[in-house]
Amino acid sequence: MTKRVPVVEKIMSANDRIASQNRAKLDNESIYSLNLMASPGGGKTSLIELTIKNLADRLRLAVIDGDVATSIDADRAASAGAVAVQINTGGECHLDAVMLQSALRQVELDEIDLLIVENVGNLICPASFKLGTHKNVLISSIPEGDDKPYKYPGMYRGVDALVINKIDLLPYVPFDMDYFRRGVEVLNPGLITFPLSCSTQEGLDSWISWVLQQTQSNRII
Amino acid sequence: MHELPITQNILEIALRHAKAANASRIMSINIVIGELASIVDDSIQFYWDIISNDTIAEGAKLNFNRINAEFECKVCGERYKLQGNELVCPDCGSLKIDIVAGKEFFLESIDVE
Repeated sequence: MTKRVPVVEKIMSANDRIASQNRAKLDNESIYSLNLMASPGGGKTSLIELTIKNLADRLRLAVIDGDVATSIDADRAASAGAVAVQINTGGECHLDAVMLQSALRQVELDEIDLLIVENVGNLICPASFKLGTHKNVLISSIPEGDDKPYKYPGMYRGVDALVINKIDLLPYVPFDMDYFRRGVEVLNPGLITFPLSCSTQEGLDSWISWVLQQTQSNRII
Repeated sequence: MHELPITQNILEIALRHAKAANASRIMSINIVIGELASIVDDSIQFYWDIISNDTIAEGAKLNFNRINAEFECKVCGERYKLQGNELVCPDCGSLKIDIVAGKEFFLESIDVE
């Protein structure tokens, strides 16, 4: 005879459990961590390079790079002066907590203050997989268009900070900043935003100060 | 696409609960998916047929209960569904809204023998 067994368990709970373990490990070592997400070409690696260059004299940085293939991004982070680990996901479109867990084993954690995780370029899947990092950061860039919050609500809803990159291109592409910001505000009221350009470095200072301040206040706690 | 690891999670949860209930066979699995959860059920079914092989869940039917996204305006209390691109309240134009349904993604129950 068939009987019904009530379950009511979140399907992502296995990933979420490992994510909590990752967070505990980072907290034990007083490491502050950011998960950077964006479309391919949104400027994740460029922003990471600039962040390393501006903070390398004050913080010890590590970068964990997720990509489907190649170590191009990790190589760029290493040249900029950070400890870098590449994760090749072998086709998976996102990082998950297990992948971060094994990458963390490759880093001397007691020698690190700030860990930046560069997720796979994708606006859909990374939003569903918590990694255990302290803050989720989305980089949106002007040429992608002002409709992205409307098309990828899951991503915009789940982040703790938003970088609006490539603002130097605003005069050249149609982008209605009010429409964009309205979409963001509905999904994520009061979200902290950093309009900047990695090319001209306009606006970069407030991003750098925020990262530094977040890392330092995490260490004090 | 991230449906493979998700399907593996579904199998793991279902097998664990079936074992706890001393079941010998899982007949169906009832899953609740919200419109905003960005999960493709056809794709889960595809992986399911492969990974459930040789388990007590082999051949189990996956039932997907889809929940439409629904919003509630925090200013005027209007409840509404997605209409085109705009998420603002259709009644008063407010930007302050709550998502009251559509984010669900959980395994509700299994039917076992």
